Amino acid sequence: MMNHDWQPLLLTFKLAAITTLILCAVGIPFAWWLAHTRVRLKPVLEALVSMPLVLPPSVLGFYLLLAFSPSNWFGGVLEQVAGLKLAFSFSGLVVASVLFSFPFMVHPVQAGFQNLPKVLSEAAYTLGKSRWQTFLYVQLPNIRPQLVAGAVLSFAHTIGEFGVVLMIGGNLPGQTRVASIAIYDEVEAMNYDAANFYALVLFAISFVTLLGVYLVNRKMMARVI
Amino acid sequence: MIAVDIQKQLLGARGAFALDLKFSIAEGEFVTLFGDSGAGKTTLLRCLAGLETPDGGRIEVNGDTWFDGRSRVGVQHRRVGYMFQDYALFPNMSVRGNVEFAQRPGADRRRASELIEMMGLEELQARKPQTLSGGQQQRVALARALAAEPRLLLLDEPFSALDHQTRLRLQEEVLLMQRRFGITVIMVSHDVSEVYRLSSRVLILEAGRITREGAPMAVFGAGQSGGKFSFAGEILAIEAADVVFSVTLLVGSQIVRVIATAEEAQALKPGDRVTLLSKAFNPVLVPC
Repeated sequence: MMNHDWQPLLLTFKLAAITTLILCAVGIPFAWWLAHTRVRLKPVLEALVSMPLVLPPSVLGFYLLLAFSPSNWFGGVLEQVAGLKLAFSFSGLVVASVLFSFPFMVHPVQAGFQNLPKVLSEAAYTLGKSRWQTFLYVQLPNIRPQLVAGAVLSFAHTIGEFGVVLMIGGNLPGQTRVASIAIYDEVEAMNYDAANFYALVLFAISFVTLLGVYLVNRKMMARVI
Repeated sequence: MIAVDIQKQLLGARGAFALDLKFSIAEGEFVTLFGDSGAGKTTLLRCLAGLETPDGGRIEVNGDTWFDGRSRVGVQHRRVGYMFQDYALFPNMSVRGNVEFAQRPGADRRRASELIEMMGLEELQARKPQTLSGGQQQRVALARALAAEPRLLLLDEPFSALDHQTRLRLQEEVLLMQRRFGITVIMVSHDVSEVYRLSSRVLILEAGRITREGAPMAVFGAGQSGGKFSFAGEILAIEAADVVFSVTLLVGSQIVRVIATAEEAQALKPGDRVTLLSKAFNPVLVPC
């Protein structure tokens, strides 16, 4: 087992962890805003957030590849101004994963905020608490199950990515060669043994992660999914 | 002194109507709002708390203008204690956590302990509110509202979910707190006995307007002494019995049967609210 290459697996979990962290930082405030806003554009935004659920990953990957390409003005600006090379790089994978897993973070958290009785926030306001204090001490702690669900689903979904990664990441060892790509690659090369190793580890770790969450928070998760 | 003069369009169960209220309350007074559901009582409390904005008018409290049609003081800065109908305790905090969270920055933690002790919650202070009974939750809600040291306490049907015994005990506690801290209290209630026991003045609201106000004694018509009694009741059933009709009434929590003539019975139907008048020459009080 030790003579197998662990790098694709480590890369997969690194990608999933970074993606989940970014999604927590971006997705939770966005979900809060979406749950409370009354802008007319809301249905449009909600539809956009949900797009990765219905689109084939290759579509998203294709457009991201076009956007990231240095020959494109957007990709050009990114590379020249920010020094970011997103096509066929790990940072590109992170950006794509964040977009691709966005609904998995936003949906449960938004539902959590929406289902939270409004009167709890009102009670906090009458006690002199600001919106920020209310968000931090009343709203967030009371949607903990949904936060856990969002984080776990984002993490799991990023592990399972294939199409997007293939389109914009390619197959660079140590850079973009995540486990799902490595499996495909090894099968192509008829290395069934190596493919089986990656597949089995992914299967086991994903199962154990999910099982752990379900066991620890059986009650919490029951309300979410 | 609280001076209120506000207007607001409301959508009730029976269509749109206008809330149009003008009244004033002296400092330290205990006033109840009495009236059918949908009369605008809760909306009035919410306007006072700053959770809703009137369409126009003015709210002044102890010389500060809270609302004058153009500007309004935000809910956070009004220092109003609001006890919600379902208490709105924070499920993520313990009993003590709820009370301490309500305290202003830099407030003395001992006051939280004092309130918890006063409400008889010491044994429960580490528990989460969901695990408490209705009466216990109510006490936490009251302690929490008082912990913020409010200038004005608003109670929205605080005792409606409680049984008779608990209700009496908690009414007593509210009254004690009010006297001890000298807070002005405005309470919404459907219960005449509660209004009578707690408040010095009652405002009767009907479809967004104050139709009567005064001391509970005077307003609820118990002013005249002697052998004349009147009870508010609701008709449960009307049955023909020989030449007369037998009308079954709910008075308080008691079912009473009275006789009515055919003409009287014709004008009544089950669900109607009526006043039952009676003359008794020698009323007797029996302890129960």
